Amino acid sequence: MKRLRGIVDTLVLLVLAIYALPFFWQLLTSFKPDVLLLKLPPLVPTKLTAAHYHVVLTQSPMPRAIGNSLGVAGITAALALVLGLFAAYALARLPVPGTRALLLGLVAGTAFPQIAIVSPLFLLIRALGLRDTWSALVLSNASFALPLVIWLLTGFIREIPEELEEAASLDGAGRSQILRWIVVPLVAPGMASAGLLAFLASWNEFLFAYTFTASEASRTVPVALALFPGVFEVPWGDIAAASILASLPPVLIVVGLGRFLVRGLLAGALKE
Amino acid sequence: MTRRERADRQTGLVFLAPALLMLGCVTIYPALSVFWLSLQYRIPIFGIARFAGLDHYAFLVRDPRFLNATRVTLVFTVISVALELGLGLAAALLLRRQSAARQAALSLLLLPWALPSVVTAKLFEWLFHPTAGLVNFLLRGHRINWLGDPHWGLAGVILADVWRTMPFVALLCYARLLSIPPELYEAAQVDGAGSLGGFRRITLPLLRPVLLIALLFRTLDALRAFDIMFVLTGGGPANTTESLTVYAYRSLFQTLQLGLGSAIGVVVFALVMLVAWGYLAVLRREGSRS
Repeated sequence: MKRLRGIVDTLVLLVLAIYALPFFWQLLTSFKPDVLLLKLPPLVPTKLTAAHYHVVLTQSPMPRAIGNSLGVAGITAALALVLGLFAAYALARLPVPGTRALLLGLVAGTAFPQIAIVSPLFLLIRALGLRDTWSALVLSNASFALPLVIWLLTGFIREIPEELEEAASLDGAGRSQILRWIVVPLVAPGMASAGLLAFLASWNEFLFAYTFTASEASRTVPVALALFPGVFEVPWGDIAAASILASLPPVLIVVGLGRFLVRGLLAGALKE
Repeated sequence: MTRRERADRQTGLVFLAPALLMLGCVTIYPALSVFWLSLQYRIPIFGIARFAGLDHYAFLVRDPRFLNATRVTLVFTVISVALELGLGLAAALLLRRQSAARQAALSLLLLPWALPSVVTAKLFEWLFHPTAGLVNFLLRGHRINWLGDPHWGLAGVILADVWRTMPFVALLCYARLLSIPPELYEAAQVDGAGSLGGFRRITLPLLRPVLLIALLFRTLDALRAFDIMFVLTGGGPANTTESLTVYAYRSLFQTLQLGLGSAIGVVVFALVMLVAWGYLAVLRREGSRS
């Protein structure tokens, strides 16, 4: 019985690994020397090289783009979390008029298609002189992440027993102090989930970044990858190396912090 | 209202203000202003800016390219969502069989979902390479030009999108499956139901609400999809993968017709809201029934 279970477990993992094959295939490609790139078979190359990574890291816009993406996604997540935390606390605990309507509006907000608002947003950003800056991307990405972040945090705050806050309130603590010293520590795992989702969404975001940036000064990883330069022919090996680099943060998050991600995804979809 | 309540109410409004201000400026204002833009001729490079009324919409109704893009969007949505739900359910049933190393399995499952869609496009561009791609190699010498042949382009795009988004459906179903008490199946077995009977009489009905939610989320995302076709095929070959979103983008930023592009954006907007509203009505009916 125990052995059978072991076999089933291995099989399931194997099936999942095969499903993820396109990624691993790209990983293998990124280490193939140029002469073997366009040859198939053999499936397993006889020689491996790190040359593509060297090219991408020293002669392409990728390092700059990675810096931009880390900056934009990090600030986006932080901004969305701070604004979202205050808003969520108000919606969860304070007698604000129209709470139900606001929550419904937030759900509708998560369904907004980017393509519908990209043109007015473009005009707005140009008018503010923010084209080709981090600020343009942080503002639009944070605003797109906000509905989900507020929605998640509102749910998480409601799960905390209210007695703790009442006790603190009797001791004379104001709402800001309660939020800082009682709610934040208790809702920290939830904030991790929401923050990770906001970070991932910003890291992966393409349409706004493609539209609002114009140079390497602010181009993010997906844009740099989509525009990856090839002089005479498509540099498949370099592109493979660049896409593996572009995948590193999401992969690290999924492997290292998968727990928080799963919690956020499930709470976002299944909470009424 | 006591003094404390009044103070709390004030604090609440102060706490909400920054988030609402941001949403108002960066989401609500553009969403309203796109309607206004869609009623205008706006071609910045020629300095054209005048009122057009409903001209753009009148044009779109008879525009073969718009009708094609609508068809592509609907075909893409229906087929990819159906495949995602089917495969996602199968993956969830498979995952449930597993007892150890669950975290590793979930990580593997979520990997395709977490990657940037531009990366997905690059992975599949390489897999679909006519001579050096893994797909044609596995098909043993069938030289299908996946992304260059009008017959196969949309299939290639759908495959890439399904690969990327199926894990989300699987995760939702899996979480629901874990919460079904095993006693239910034991009871069904006592009643003489086989494993197929158990699936039909217990698993499927209990999964129904989750499947409906997954259907809603995935349909909305598929209608809005842009990156995957824009990067993988650019709408080609011969516009066979040009969705409404790609058509809108090209009008906005390649031929620089801000008015027309905005009108197409409004159509996507309306489509998404219509679907969301329809599903909400269904979910509410489900909710009152159970």
